[in-house]
Amino acid sequence: MRPRPSPARNPYWRFLVAGIRGQSAYPLATLAGLVANATFGLLKGGIMGAAVASSGGELAGYTAATMAAFVWLGQGMLGSVNLSGRSDLQTRIKSGDVAVDFLRPVSVQAAHILTDVGKGLFALLPRGLPSVVIGVLVSGMALPPDAAAYALGLASLVIGITVSHATMYALATSGFWLVETRGVSVLYMALSGFFTGLFTPIYLFPDWLLTLALLTPFPSMMQFPIDVLSGQVSGAAAWQHLGVQLVWLAVVLAVGHLTTRAGRRRLEVQGG
Amino acid sequence: MAEPKRNRRLGRQRALPDGLRAYRAVLASRARSQASYRASFRMDLVGTVLVGLIEFSEVWVLYSATDQIGGFTLAQILLVFGLADLAFSLADLVAGHCDNLPVYVRAGTLDVFFLRPQPVLAQLITSDLSLRRLARCLVGATSLTVGLVLNDIDWSVGTVGLLVVALVCGFVIFTAQFVTAAGLQFFLINGSEMTNAFVYGGRYAATQPANVWPRGLLVVFGAVFPVAFAAYLPVSTLLGMPGLAGLPTWLGWCAPIAALWAVVVAGLCWRWGLRHYRGAGG
Repeated sequence: MRPRPSPARNPYWRFLVAGIRGQSAYPLATLAGLVANATFGLLKGGIMGAAVASSGGELAGYTAATMAAFVWLGQGMLGSVNLSGRSDLQTRIKSGDVAVDFLRPVSVQAAHILTDVGKGLFALLPRGLPSVVIGVLVSGMALPPDAAAYALGLASLVIGITVSHATMYALATSGFWLVETRGVSVLYMALSGFFTGLFTPIYLFPDWLLTLALLTPFPSMMQFPIDVLSGQVSGAAAWQHLGVQLVWLAVVLAVGHLTTRAGRRRLEVQGG
Repeated sequence: MAEPKRNRRLGRQRALPDGLRAYRAVLASRARSQASYRASFRMDLVGTVLVGLIEFSEVWVLYSATDQIGGFTLAQILLVFGLADLAFSLADLVAGHCDNLPVYVRAGTLDVFFLRPQPVLAQLITSDLSLRRLARCLVGATSLTVGLVLNDIDWSVGTVGLLVVALVCGFVIFTAQFVTAAGLQFFLINGSEMTNAFVYGGRYAATQPANVWPRGLLVVFGAVFPVAFAAYLPVSTLLGMPGLAGLPTWLGWCAPIAALWAVVVAGLCWRWGLRHYRGAGG
């Protein structure tokens, strides 16, 4: 048996830290993201606020305050979840660099997902928090009602970010068969934004569409964490949200594991 | 058999002015390269139409869940969405890849453009032709057509004129936003997302009734980046709706002034950016 390395030298921990540090190296990029976030937030807040007002102050269970919370918490999460459908793995498969990843004595899946989760967690500080602060300042957005809501909300948020990157990883492994996965990315970008509750809460959907959305992992990425964080659901319902998120996390991790194994046998790197 | 065909093709190419032939060859090669990974290209096309459909669905979900927003019903907002989306899609087809400028700068590709005897902006614009973006125009065009059928429009030369003016000016305004963004990219490089705020934020803003915006947004998207003139104001004029509080209903006819302003800003930003550029040291 090989000797076990100390926890701080654990390669998986270091992938997470590398993700965080990589992201902190570009402060201007972060500021730029915040400006774009805030502009979209103001536009979204304007139209959603008007929609609630025109329905007599209540729309699909949302009041003006909880709708504002939906908008600004969502804007805050944008830098942390992957809704663009692009990932490093796609580029590495296409260029053949992924062969090097397979040579390393660590799990390719864990390494990629942890690096992305690290980036996502870091983004909460310079992009997530300021978005929420702007939301609090410009709109009377609802805040979590008690400490339990904060704790559950944060847990839900971290699981949501992980579900997002684990799903993206599984999707990117399609590159082992397709090589060029830009089309897959576009499909993912279109569906994820809609079903994750990026522009309208999924509870505004007609019933059949809501059912369809709930059959995908997308609500687990943003809508559920927002529900829990904003206190829109609490108690048993909040725990139920977390449970569903964990089930989806297990599903997408398992899919990613299987496709990595199958894809590794299929991988053919050209050139040298 | 092949010979006369080839001659005809050569003949047609000769008919083009020398300066344009190079652009044509570049654009044709871009088109061919995209279709070569077929599975992905097909998915790309489907995905692009799907993106458009989903952007439309967001509007549909929101206006179906309420009676009206900002005085606009679902049928009326179809006109705003259709006009804005079609104008933006056309602009995206022509100038959307200006977004890639930071990549070109970092990779040193842009330096090559300076060596050729053609304007850098013209080369940048013809450096890519996304076939999938053609498919994107379908959604906006359909929405606009359905909107024109559903709404009770008093057809006259004036109405047709207003629609044409709005579409052309919307296209010019959005194209100008892409070029403005490209000019600013010379300074931003790593902060390229900043310009998304007014390019893609502008597209999103253009599909909304502007009277629901707070005053700050009205200044940004009504005057500085005048996307409110691309669809909302012309449609308000068309339907005889009040439009923005305190402003006349004929404001929609002022779209050409807004377009001119957008072009001037784009021209200044592009020149300023280009002069600032000192190469990436590649």
